Amino acid sequence: MKILISNASDKPLYQQIKEQIIDAILKGELAEGDPLPSIRSFANDIKVSVLTIRRVYDELEQEGFTTSQVGIGTFVSTGNVELLRDSKRHMVEKQMQELIDTAKTLNITKEELNAMMDILYEED
Amino acid sequence: MDHILEVTGLNNSYKDFSLTDVSFTLPEDCITGFIGVNGAGKTTTIRTILGLTHKTSGSIKIFGKDMESNEQELKNRIGIVLDEGYFYDELTMDEMKSIIAPAYSGWSDKDYKEYLDRFSLNPRQKIATLSRGMRMKFALTLALSHGADLLIMDEPTSGLDPLIRSQLLEIMKDYMKQGGKGVFFSTHITSDLDKIADMLILIHGGKILFEQDRDILLDNYRLVKGDSKALNNENKKLFLNIQTTDFGFAGVTDKLLEVQKSMSDILVERPTIEDIMLAYIEGGQK
Repeated sequence: MKILISNASDKPLYQQIKEQIIDAILKGELAEGDPLPSIRSFANDIKVSVLTIRRVYDELEQEGFTTSQVGIGTFVSTGNVELLRDSKRHMVEKQMQELIDTAKTLNITKEELNAMMDILYEED
Repeated sequence: MDHILEVTGLNNSYKDFSLTDVSFTLPEDCITGFIGVNGAGKTTTIRTILGLTHKTSGSIKIFGKDMESNEQELKNRIGIVLDEGYFYDELTMDEMKSIIAPAYSGWSDKDYKEYLDRFSLNPRQKIATLSRGMRMKFALTLALSHGADLLIMDEPTSGLDPLIRSQLLEIMKDYMKQGGKGVFFSTHITSDLDKIADMLILIHGGKILFEQDRDILLDNYRLVKGDSKALNNENKKLFLNIQTTDFGFAGVTDKLLEVQKSMSDILVERPTIEDIMLAYIEGGQK
């Protein structure tokens, strides 16, 4: 699994890491039952705080991407197809959010943005 | 999450200096950096935690137990590295060890020898002849040779060259891999913390200014640079500190969106721990 952290990104570190793990799961790079690295060694390797990794693992578990067994570790769980579909939808939402943020910094109004979206959507 | 160390409402006053309501907690499995400029109260806090100086009020709990009433038991579980060293110069390292070892019920000669080896220290060398780096390594060897669950260190990296500092940081990482441990170390060299700290506590003038997860701290703040003309009395308040020159300004903020709304053409960067620390200290003096 490849995890790259960007210091130039506006996204919080935990979110960058979480998104890349979810990507790896959706792309099938991580399969059902695959173990995620231990919190301490993962944190050391990518040079973030253990608290960040703990937060990533907690959220992944809450969102159903992993299961954890006390004292053993955290494992990938891909059982739920609906969930995966949801998460892909979630990815679209996230990209929309980025789009909206960029639009806001450029002072593009909601109406203009909607108009752009309509045109681009119809083109396909 | 369990707390390894819990300091509540610590007050302590001396003629020229006082600790005021110092409170913080160390979560388990975390390396906590205790930062502040010289004279901020780092050493005083550490000495008070260890019961080496009297406190006016406040409570200290280690592994959930009160420090004062369980001092013997708790000190057995703490490894301590203090700035001054507190060794007898005339003794060899082995002689010094034989004075200290009996104080700990969990002392392990095997661990002691392993660390000496790892640090390339000769146990028959006199302490007076050790360099600063070697003294630190010896102090760390003693601190790590009795199965301590909490490592408390006062400025362990100050005055050491980058190579020894990075060795020391590696040892801390290895130590944490065992699980259920905690490290609390004070420093004014914030670049060491960029590499290993999980939690950061900033003390200044005897008061705690923040206690925060390192990554959240770095995520929350941004260093903004721009034209000084864009600054006004309103948007200045969005910054912790602002430095202006003839060519522009630079300031640290945790309200980036509002800053972006009030001025255009700015550069936004992620700050370092040092930027944030200085911003807090300068901001507090305004």
